[in-house]
Amino acid sequence: MTQSGANRKRESVIDENLKRVYEEALEEGVPDRFKDLLDALKQQDQSKGSKK
Amino acid sequence: MSAPDPREALVEHLPAMRAFAISLTRNSATADDMVQDTLVKAWTNIDKFQVGTNMRAWLFTILRNTYYSSRRKAKREVADVDGAHTEGLAEKPAHDGRLQMTDFRQAFAQLSDEQREALLLVGASGFSYEEAADMCGVAVGTIKSRTNRARQRLAELMQLDDDEALEMTDDATMSVLTASKATSF
Repeated sequence: MTQSGANRKRESVIDENLKRVYEEALEEGVPDRFKDLLDALKQQDQSKGSKK
Repeated sequence: MSAPDPREALVEHLPAMRAFAISLTRNSATADDMVQDTLVKAWTNIDKFQVGTNMRAWLFTILRNTYYSSRRKAKREVADVDGAHTEGLAEKPAHDGRLQMTDFRQAFAQLSDEQREALLLVGASGFSYEEAADMCGVAVGTIKSRTNRARQRLAELMQLDDDEALEMTDDATMSVLTASKATSF
């Protein structure tokens, strides 16, 4: 069940590219709208008062 | 001493959530809508999160469920092969005559959502096969076969079978790509 060298190399080409696609998306950073949304959710909860 | 609210940790997972969503949908508008829905769901259902378990896995599960339910609802076009995420990409140096990264993105876009998802979870986000299976609600063997088929299909589409194509990944090429990527952002 040993993979051939060509197969392994093929897989590493794919994985390299895959990681790069993902990392490029990571590096884009996060738009402010999400932090604003979290703040709004937090405030909404606070204005409802503590439910505990 | 009150336990910290797990919701405080949501913000730390935002970049990964967004990267997963963008890579899965290849469309940043769709991805951002998904992330937004997921945040609201996570916030309001935080009692369903088991403290001490993997929050990122929990969030990714909500994220992918959001994606599949919106895909079912609106059979809109989700593929955006020519969209923002294929623009401005690093080009391979001329000596190998190919644009590998562009090739990869185009090939990646042709996979099924399920194949793309499996590859992203296991190959890019660092989850185990078991975790990925759990998140997708399928057997471990299913995730393994999805990733195998996805890799096979990508290799076909990128024509990685010939030796010449494989030589494209030498270090010099990688560093050129990395350098030009750094300046484009």
